[in-house]
Amino acid sequence: MTSEEAPGPRDIAVVAFAQTDHRRSTAESSEVEMVMPVLHDVLAQTGLRTADIGFTCSGSSDYLAGRAFSFTLALDGVGAWPPISESHVEMDGAWALYEAWTKLLTGDADTALVYSYGKCSPGLVRDVLTRQLDPYYVAPLWPDAVALAALQAQALMDAGLTDERALAAVGARSRADATANPHAQLKGRIPQGDHVVRPLRTGDCPPIGDGAAAVILAAGERARRLCARPAWIRGVDHRIEAHALGVRDLTDSPSTRLAAERAGAFERPVDTAELHAPFSSQEVVLRRALRLDDSVCVNPSGGALAANPVMAAGLIRIGEAAARIHRGASDRALAHATSGPCLQQNLVAVLEGDPR
Amino acid sequence: MPEVLSAPLVVEFPFTRSLGPVQSAFLTGLRERVVLGVRTTDGRTLVPPVEYDPVTAEEIRDLVEVAPTGTVTTWAWNHAPRRGQPLTTPFAWVLVRLDGADTALLHALDAPGPDAVRTGMRVRVRWAAERTGAITDIACFEPYEGEAVAPGGHSGAFADPLTGIVAPARLDYTYSPGRAQSAYIHALSERRTVGERCPSCRKVYVPPRGACPTCGVATAEQVEVGPRGTVTTFCIVNIKAAHTANLDIEVPYVYAHIALDGADLALHARIGGIPYDQVRMGLRVEPVWTEGARYPDHYRPTGEPDADYETYKELL
Ligand SMILES: [Zn+2]
Repeated sequence: MTSEEAPGPRDIAVVAFAQTDHRRSTAESSEVEMVMPVLHDVLAQTGLRTADIGFTCSGSSDYLAGRAFSFTLALDGVGAWPPISESHVEMDGAWALYEAWTKLLTGDADTALVYSYGKCSPGLVRDVLTRQLDPYYVAPLWPDAVALAALQAQALMDAGLTDERALAAVGARSRADATANPHAQLKGRIPQGDHVVRPLRTGDCPPIGDGAAAVILAAGERARRLCARPAWIRGVDHRIEAHALGVRDLTDSPSTRLAAERAGAFERPVDTAELHAPFSSQEVVLRRALRLDDSVCVNPSGGALAANPVMAAGLIRIGEAAARIHRGASDRALAHATSGPCLQQNLVAVLEGDPR
Repeated sequence: MPEVLSAPLVVEFPFTRSLGPVQSAFLTGLRERVVLGVRTTDGRTLVPPVEYDPVTAEEIRDLVEVAPTGTVTTWAWNHAPRRGQPLTTPFAWVLVRLDGADTALLHALDAPGPDAVRTGMRVRVRWAAERTGAITDIACFEPYEGEAVAPGGHSGAFADPLTGIVAPARLDYTYSPGRAQSAYIHALSERRTVGERCPSCRKVYVPPRGACPTCGVATAEQVEVGPRGTVTTFCIVNIKAAHTANLDIEVPYVYAHIALDGADLALHARIGGIPYDQVRMGLRVEPVWTEGARYPDHYRPTGEPDADYETYKELL
């Protein structure tokens, strides 16, 4: 060890989180009209104005909107005057948060506004998501998101890791927990329903809906001034698997495990895990990859099975985990976001509150 | 509040991709009823083949033919096929590990029902009658109880290999512009132009999008603007439009920013009714509607004196 050892990274926290009520359709609102209230909400929670924010980053997808550069119109809701420092990822907002976090780590900014949104209602999201697949060998077959998840579910069943009853229980628990979440789209007792693509039934699949979310990040003392109990980000990491589905072991998620390890998730137990598992079978995969036992409260918000605005659902996992720390319901939480078919890309964040 | 509008929106494009040597060999092979894999340096055979080893990232080119028969590694029963999928009758999605391969290929399996499908079942390729060099040259897989078919030992070299593919894509949407833009479009149908005033900076935006892009707050107060306005800046277009809707417009013509009276943001539109070289900043114009049009065809001079620069310099 020398005296020239680099100082540790800055402490950065989620200090505010807001989300819309997630609904099957929001035809009466344009994207900016849907996003603006959550932007105002997080700003109001912290007392910050747009001009106080050091960096703004958003996540969304033109393919959901069916229009090029659709995110530029949503930016109207931020109020970009005087000029702001801004970026966008064509990804779930969890990856926008990752970009903002690294920006704050460099010291270039002390605060960041991260938001994301998805309007699934204008298109057929099952078809839209086929366009993210390998364009040579896979996309020309138009395998939809439910079909690909169903292949993964069957692989899990063949491996003896779950069965239809266990999957139904995941959905039932999620929708029961969602009754305490005023923003959830699908809550309470929901029939398991018929097969959508066997072995997955309606109850194993996420609702299709529109929604938006926003968080504010702040560094160091700034975070303490903006939030009574900041949710400190102890680590974030994201990893990707080989893109060919037939190369992967669909019953496992090594990318999630590696991201969790690099984010420090395994250093100490977590009490809460917000997992972005749009399909019940994916919760089975993630629990195994993250070594979560029954002592961990998984998806108390109801998770993506209760509300899955595509491109925002991952950021919402981080926001829900942070909000639990803010209100003292959690001391150390794991948040996970996914993107792509069958858990192709995975991001893990570890959040902590100050000791009580 | 007027009804929120919606309309069909189709996004359709021929997705044109070039092929590297490995993908070219694989897709050309399908055209010739040959399934090729690629061998990694540690001896695994990847089907469908890729150019780089997914584990080591090493470049791989060693093509090897595999059998058209194989084993289902996982499956899912699709009772309601969707547009573009390989079969129009209910089928199973399958991952198939072809004999001789170490990885699995995604495709469809033609089977009478879910009870006829299981992991581990044997299947073979059903070739499409007409093949062009695409993954759809495999029409689907079908159950196969016979002997494994030995691969032919093809080298992967073809006389006329494919260099690219065109994968047509079409997505259908129901586009809804939201409350503010619906109101704008409704007003246009009455040949009126409405904007919205920002409650904070008091600027009137047209077309309104429901938010003030400067202040980031919702706008709601509707304000009728125009119909007359002032040219704030313009350009002379010398290239004839390729779009069929604009074929009748002779070049050169003028395209201009027009600040409608009462608006704080300029619209853009074509200027007509005046020689192109006489259009100038400050020119006062009014809209010209054609029968059945949903927006002004162009703007023409009103004959008023030009606007003073001071009155529109903020809108440039
Ligand atoms: Zn304003």
